[in-house]
Order: sequence, then C-alpha cells, then structure tokens
Amino acid sequence: MKCNGAEIVIKLLEEQDIQKLAGIPGGCNLPLYNALSKSRKIQHILARHEQGAGFIAQGMARTTGKAAVCFATSGPGVTNLLTAIADAKLDSIPIVAITGQIPSFLLGTDAFQEVDTFGLAIPITKHNFYVSSAKDLFHIIPEAFRVAEEGRPGPVIVDIPKDVQLEELEIDNWPAHVTKSDSNLLKNNSIDINDIKKIAQMINESKKPLLYIGGGILHSNSSNYLREFAKKSNIPVASTLMGLGCFPSDDKLSLGMLGMHGAPYTNLILRETDLLIAFGVRFDDRATGNISEFCPKASIIHVDIDPAELDKNKLTKFSVAADIQIVLKELIPLIKEDGREEWSKEVATIKKSNPLPVTDYYNFYQPINLIRQIGSLLTPDTIITTDVGQHQMWVAQAYPFQHPRTLLTSGGLGTMGFGLPVAIGAALANPSKKVVCISGDGSILMNIQELATLADHNLNITVIVINNGGLGMVRQLQELFFDENYIATKFECKPDFTSIAKSFGLKGYDLKDDKNPSNTLKRILSESGPCVINIPVDSKEMVMPIVPPGAGNHEMIGSE
Amino acid sequence: MTKTEHVIMELTVNNHPGVMYNITGLFARRAFNLEGILCGRAENTNTSKMYLLIKNDNRIDQTIKQLEKLYDVLSVSICSDCDVRVFDNISKLIKLK
Ligand SMILES: Cc1ncc(C[n+]2csc(CCOP(=O)(O)OP(=O)(O)O)c2C)c(N)n1
Repeated sequence: MKCNGAEIVIKLLEEQDIQKLAGIPGGCNLPLYNALSKSRKIQHILARHEQGAGFIAQGMARTTGKAAVCFATSGPGVTNLLTAIADAKLDSIPIVAITGQIPSFLLGTDAFQEVDTFGLAIPITKHNFYVSSAKDLFHIIPEAFRVAEEGRPGPVIVDIPKDVQLEELEIDNWPAHVTKSDSNLLKNNSIDINDIKKIAQMINESKKPLLYIGGGILHSNSSNYLREFAKKSNIPVASTLMGLGCFPSDDKLSLGMLGMHGAPYTNLILRETDLLIAFGVRFDDRATGNISEFCPKASIIHVDIDPAELDKNKLTKFSVAADIQIVLKELIPLIKEDGREEWSKEVATIKKSNPLPVTDYYNFYQPINLIRQIGSLLTPDTIITTDVGQHQMWVAQAYPFQHPRTLLTSGGLGTMGFGLPVAIGAALANPSKKVVCISGDGSILMNIQELATLADHNLNITVIVINNGGLGMVRQLQELFFDENYIATKFECKPDFTSIAKSFGLKGYDLKDDKNPSNTLKRILSESGPCVINIPVDSKEMVMPIVPPGAGNHEMIGSE
Repeated sequence: MTKTEHVIMELTVNNHPGVMYNITGLFARRAFNLEGILCGRAENTNTSKMYLLIKNDNRIDQTIKQLEKLYDVLSVSICSDCDVRVFDNISKLIKLK
C-alpha cells in the first residue's frame, strides 16, 4: 500500500483515538487537510484564528486530561498559535500541535511564510519535533503524545515540511499500534514506602496541618483521594486557582483560594499552620505572596511529579517527586483519624472573623453577588471557563465549585482571550454538558471571532460578558498603586454585544436596565444552545482583598 | 569538602541540530550562569558529550533538574574528575585572537 506522509499522520492520529481537532488550513499543511478529508473518524473544527484553534484543543484537553490536537500552517499560522501553546506550557496542559512547514529544500532561504518554528517553540513547549522524513512519523507522532501526557503534561509541536507530507512510502505492514509505554507508570509506582511513612508521621505529629493543593491534583485525577485524606484527619484545604474544584467549596474544611486575591481568612490561617502539606503545587508568586513570609511557622512537605519544582522557590523539610495519586493512596491508611478539635476551632474562629468583604446582598449587579447567583442557577457539573481580569478573580472567589475540571482558566500565563475558544473545546469534548464562559468586555474582544465557530457547531455555550466599560483589573491597579492616574483602561467605543451575537446568528441578551434581572438571568440560563449575555457592572468595583506586589499574604488590603 | 569556585557539568545529549539551542536557551531564560561550553560527538553513537563550566552557586541543583527535563538530554552529572584547566586553555585560545 502506498501512503504519503500526510496520510500516515492522519492514520496515526486515528490510532490515538483523536475524534475532533481544530485548525486552519494554508499552503503548507494542505496535504494534511487533503488526507484529513478522507478520514471517517476525525471531525475537523474550523477555527477563525489559530490562537482559537490552540485554545479549542486546550478546552478538550483540560476537560478530558488527554492530549488534544490542533493544526496550523507555516509562518503566520504558527506565530498565531504560539500564545495558546505558551498558555498550555504554564498550566501543564497536554496538546499536540501539528504545524506545516515550507518544503525542506527551501528551509533557511526566507521563503514565503517561512518562520523558525523550532526556535520559537523551544521556550514554550515541553518538546518539539521537526520531521525530516515520512518514515520518522511512525516514531514521532506516538512519541509526541507520550511526551505531552506523561509525567507533568505539556504542549508539543510537531513541525512537518510540505515535501515530507507529500513523500510517498510503500508500506507492506502498518507498524503495530505502539501503546503508551508503561515505563512511566513503573517509575511512578516505585515510590519508597519509607517516604510515605515519613510523611504520615509528620502529619500525625502535627497539631495544625494544612493542605495547599493545585493543578497536580487535577492532572493525577486524585480529587476523590484528596477528599478522603483531608476528611480522615480533618485537615483544612487551601487551593490555588488551578486547583479550584478539586475539593468541594461548601465543605467545612475548604478554605477556597489562597494568595493575591484569596479570602482574608485563608491567608491568615496559612500563617498559623505548623505543617504545610503542599500537593501538586509550584509555590507560584500569585499564591505565596512574598515567599519569605509564606507560612512562617510551618515545616513544609512537598510532593510533585516534577522533581524540578521541589525546593525551587521554597526550601522544604521533606519532598518527594511522585504522582500525587499514588502517594495519597498509600498515605490514607497510614494517617490517623483525628478530629483536631482545637485546630478546627481556631480555623473556624479565624474564618468567622475574617470573611470576604461583605457585599450589598440586594444589589444584583454587585459582582460577587452576581457570580453567586450565576452559581446558584447552574448545576454542579456545568463547566465554567473564564477570561482574565477582575471577572476571573470574582469567579475564583465566589463560584461554588464542586468537581474537578469544572473550572477552566488561564492560571499561569493569564491570557485574555482564553475563555471563548476554551469553552468551545470543552463543549466539543463534553456534548452533554452546559458550558458557561464568564468573560470581560476587554477579554472577549480578543477572540470574539470564535463566535463564528460557536455558531457553526451550535454548541451549548452561554457567554456572559461582565461589562465594566474597560480593562477593569488594570484600572484597579492604577487606582491602588498609581495614584488613580488612569490611562488606557477606559473604552471609548463600547460595542453592543447583543448585536454582535446576533450578527453571528446567535441569541443575544442585555441585562442593562432590566426590571427583574434575576428572573431574566434564570430564564436565559435554563435554556440550552449558544447565546451571549451582557451584564453591566460598575466600573469602580474592585477585587478585594488584594495583596500588594511584593508584600506578604497577610498584608492584604481591603479585607475589612 | 571545600567548595570550588566552578564545577563542570557533563551531559550526554542526542546529537542533532538544535540541541545546543535547547540547552543554551534554558540557561538564558532561567538566568542560570554558564561560563564555558565544550562539545563533541561521541564516537560511533548518535550522541554527543557536552561539558559546561558553571559557577558553583546555590542554583546548581535546580540547573541539573531543569536540564534533566529536556527531551534530548540523556544524562547529567557533575564531573568530579574533569580538569577545569581545559577551559583555561580555551581562554588562552580566545586571548590569542
Ligand atoms: C493578552 C493579554 N494582554 C494584556 C493583559 C493584561 N491584563 C490583565 S487583566 C486586563 C484587563 C481585562 O479586562 P476585561 O477582560 O474587561 O476584564 P475585567 O478586569 O474588566 O473584569 C489586562 C489588560 C493580559 N492578561 N492578557
């Protein structure tokens, strides 16, 4: 049988069980598209910008935990993709981007749409492959998936010149489907039981232990074990932005999000713990504040799958590089059941006297109220995506997350424009679930073209634009730290998002001047199918509290 | 043991164009120090050996761990019997020019 490189790629993607992939065609990936047209197993999702395609892949990967795929052509196709790739790198999301490259015999000649994909990819991928001959694809494609998913996940780029896509091979026997190597599993399984015993002992001897959890719990699918573990020994749980959803927000042990915009009580309780149990976290500055003031009374246990995270930002008392799930499983039987009455009482007292700043409960348009109301109208399995800014932090503070993978947000890179295309990816991978993208009037404009993709596929996505007439989060920083000297944060043109939605063929609603906005919102959210809702909020609203740059987490302002 | 001013890191890497880019890029973007590089293909293999001259500061462990994460880096170690003077010879060479 004769096959060209492009056909081999598509067949290998089918073997990886890829059912949907997003992308945009162009001169240098035309052979791939030609081969894709013959696939009966893979549906192509035509994005309207390669960044959108990258984020659609992320939406699939973030909800399933499996590597998802996007396509882009050489040159501008690749450069457009980069933001979504960098975003995936910082949040450890497995994606495989397959990019077309100009024909290999033209490489290095500044040919039309030539760009150094390899060089651009290095700092923002886990690894990237350049394919120099079609036969190498049999090794490289499965390897790209392995690298993307194994250990600490991350993005991989496979760059394939057009002539390699067209190169014909005579294939007598299709190589046996290479299954995911289990070498990694073995590596992970070989944790030392003495390490586990040591951790258990430290926890059992601690008076005031506290769990600090993050994305690692998600990636290792261990939120059930986390719950069992925390409950057994009554250990309160503080989460990073990435970890929200891993522990039910309504549980009495839940402390919500810590750090820059954490609740006052969360950051204050962190000051009291004598043993910080850091599971699947990386001591990021947004979470820790001034690191030398972070948990001043605590010894630290750190478990993460990436050895390079251990002792990177903060020295620990004891650390293990391992899969959290395996550690938790071994640990649960070894820790003692403990009511921890005294510590629980202390936690409860601090919680009670240092709540999130009180809000005007009767004002529908007050952002924290608004997020709470949205939360009360949606089922716990609804997938929420956000963009970046104040609205993102209001969601993190007030939305009642119950399950892992129900919050998709750009944690590490903080990329405006994330919300809509990620929602599309999430909806494609979870056709039975409702997806709600909570965005701002700034962020939504950064990938608004993807409303067209949304319309194409008529997905069950509600886009909520929290509209404060400008770049709210930046405005807030100017108010607090630049003497209210406002520049470039207020929008002159305020587009009508309802009309924009309608022009894409979607439903659009505006809650401005609505006599009974709660009822209207309830009605809209109970419908299914794509729509956009504009909700005006006061441009002076701020995310409170806030830890000023460089300060310790306890030095937050706006917490009274 | 007294702490020497420099250490030499010995790397075994896949030998293909771009590996050097990967490694020097890592040092640049993580602001690790790097004083000298010696590199050559290991005979009869698809691998190369790289020797990196590095200031012996408190970021050595982190440097090693980050290097170990690179796909094309097969092994990393601190070379205890490497002679730092080979790098002196390079500096002589550079001065000559
Ligand atoms: C791509 C990108 N550019 C710039 C920023 C810096 N930035 C962070 S938040 C923000 C304002 C976001 O405005 P909006 O989406 O309206 O959200 P709001 O803060 O008003 O809720 C900006 C400009 C960013 N995070 N991402």
